[in-house]
Amino acid sequence: MKNTISIGIALMLGVLPPLTFAQEKDATEAEFEKFRTEMEDSNPAELFEMKGEDIWNEKRGPKNVSLAESCDLGKGVGVVKGAYAAMPRYFADAGAVMDAERRIVWCMVEKQGFNFDDIAKKPFQGRNDTSAPDITNLVTYVAMHSKGMPFAVPLDDPKVKDAYLTGKEITKYRAGPYDFSCNTCHGVDGKRIRMQNLPNISTAAGAIKGVQGWPGYRMTGGIMLTHQWRINDCFRQQRFPEPRYASEVITDILTYMTGNANGQIYNGPGIKR
Amino acid sequence: MNTKAITLAASVSLTAALIAGACTTAMVAPDHHARALEIIKRDFKPRGQAGLDRLDADPVQAICNRTDNTPPVSIAHQMQNEQLATVAYPADGVLMGDWKKGEKLAQSGKGFTWKDKPGLPVGGNCYNCHQISPKELSFGTIGPSLFQIGKIRGNTPEMQKYVYGKIYNSKAFNLCSEMPRFGHIGALDSDQIKDLVALLLDPESPVNK
Repeated sequence: MKNTISIGIALMLGVLPPLTFAQEKDATEAEFEKFRTEMEDSNPAELFEMKGEDIWNEKRGPKNVSLAESCDLGKGVGVVKGAYAAMPRYFADAGAVMDAERRIVWCMVEKQGFNFDDIAKKPFQGRNDTSAPDITNLVTYVAMHSKGMPFAVPLDDPKVKDAYLTGKEITKYRAGPYDFSCNTCHGVDGKRIRMQNLPNISTAAGAIKGVQGWPGYRMTGGIMLTHQWRINDCFRQQRFPEPRYASEVITDILTYMTGNANGQIYNGPGIKR
Repeated sequence: MNTKAITLAASVSLTAALIAGACTTAMVAPDHHARALEIIKRDFKPRGQAGLDRLDADPVQAICNRTDNTPPVSIAHQMQNEQLATVAYPADGVLMGDWKKGEKLAQSGKGFTWKDKPGLPVGGNCYNCHQISPKELSFGTIGPSLFQIGKIRGNTPEMQKYVYGKIYNSKAFNLCSEMPRFGHIGALDSDQIKDLVALLLDPESPVNK
């Protein structure tokens, strides 16, 4: 309270020292952290997870099979435990490195017979949508079953390592009207856009900040969003055209980021501002 | 072919030669860089105003991409001069406009994304990356603080010209600067840049109080 008043006075006088800004920022952060802690006792992500579990187990699609009886996320058919934290990884049946969302989409198409374009038409929950797409619920369900586990992207697999190194190159690529690359914002420590802290995804400490909390329940709007969505929106802000849904460009970036976070504990689907 | 076209062609081929030369000594792993380019060309689709042409790196972007933003000094100087030659200074020589308009422009970060309405005006995006007026607490730190820049570095005609040029085309002074080239790409017009110069250098601007 005292801080708020002094900030108010400083604002009126227009003589604000940088310290006061830091204090106000810390107060805002603390307030949000408190709220997040309270929320995590009854994490809204659980509602999406429960829906995802039902969808995972239900016989669906033209082939009328469930993902539980057909989809291998790298730990064996139907096994979800630990799968999210160990992706992206290489899948021999698809001949590609895939992140969790891309792999689940692959299973929906190849095993259940869904049409890719139908899934890709609107893959993310919009601000005014009352429910999340099936794929978001599924990713949330799968992710919940890696809660408390360390990230373990298999970088010793040469194909995964290739994706990692390609992802690293993609993060450097500057283009577009503003000359931005991923690294313009996420390549060095301690930077902000406005009040927003920017994780440096090239470091272990920054990478974990970048991957933690996805998929995340966004309090503004009350919607559930995946890490694929986050990368999509980064490219929007980079003033690039839109990355194709569940494409390699996203997987490679996620391989790079998540690989840099290896060994650190994943806290499960989170809450985002 | 007129003289201007010949000069342009020569300049383009020189730039290409310089980039080719730089590539042989570049530090990046060529396979993954080439793979990254292939994937970028393949895995995007146009949306709204953001067409696929935005994925093509111009010569400045290309050399910064190939050298991790640290091109050889001789090439950097040559290309910075080419960028400097693109800066269009106002014909009447007046470089400072209205700092109040500049402040408003500095606040806005709108423009150029696939969700934005195409066309102008767009925001200056200044506070996204810089501390400027002490009244604005929500500022980014990707660029240096500009608070009191006029008080510290003065507002001589040379300084005004430098600040105008820097906003118009940051790459004229630091080839791989992270700052957009606002005038060069047609994002901000001459009057808008003048208003931003005033925000930074006018003794009456809160920046310099």
